[in-house]
Amino acid sequence: MIHTEYSYETQSRDQLLRVSLYGEIDHHGAVGLREDLDALILRERPRRLVLDLGRIEFMDSAGLGLLMGRYRLMRELGGVMAIENPNRRIMKILTLAGMERFFEISGGLRGEGR
Amino acid sequence: MKKRRSDEKNRMSISLPALSVNEGMARSAIAAFCAQQNPSATELADIKCAISEAVTNCIVHAYPSGTGIIYITVVLYADGTVRVVIKDKGCGIADVRRAREPLFTTDAANERSGMGFTVMENFMDRLVVRSRPGQGTVVIMTKRIGSDPATKE
Repeated sequence: MIHTEYSYETQSRDQLLRVSLYGEIDHHGAVGLREDLDALILRERPRRLVLDLGRIEFMDSAGLGLLMGRYRLMRELGGVMAIENPNRRIMKILTLAGMERFFEISGGLRGEGR
Repeated sequence: MKKRRSDEKNRMSISLPALSVNEGMARSAIAAFCAQQNPSATELADIKCAISEAVTNCIVHAYPSGTGIIYITVVLYADGTVRVVIKDKGCGIADVRRAREPLFTTDAANERSGMGFTVMENFMDRLVVRSRPGQGTVVIMTKRIGSDPATKE
């Protein structure tokens, strides 16, 4: 019923993997999404992972766990992660958990390169 | 049964099995209930997030075996206060004070952020957690909504 969908693009020149997420991120959806993202990261081995949250309408603390987990994986692989376009309500939970200490969060350029 | 407050306007009770698919169901149902009080988008989002945390706790922690019922009651009062009670008959919490600490989790292996109670506390006006190991947990959250000047009576 409610789940998270995603699409992605790679820019091999910049070793960038950009993943756009859609829908809602909760505990129910996080498990499958985590597996998919990790498979994608391990296959593409980007230097920079960008998660575009511009179309995420809802995210609870399961999303925080998901973001921290991908941040750790990217760091292990010697790369960095960034978050783009969180809406005001998602920004609230990111700030509450102090996520800006771990990765860059920006408004970004929505729709760029898609 | 406890005496009900005389300014009660409306009430809803739902019980759901502890299935993760019901996390979205619970927050949508409660959001629909709250809509009668003309909440702001932010108020509604805050409540949905807090509900999602409490229901997820029941599924992940209270009933780790995957079977059990989550009992939810939502009451709306005349002053615009919404009271949400989320109850389980699961394993209970040994140390509630510790469980409420930011970033504390008993299940780090599964990428739990340990922020569930912190979200509930920050996104609602008031949070009360009562638990007894082996018997279950009750989470009571209240928030006053719809008090934006534009929607005030």
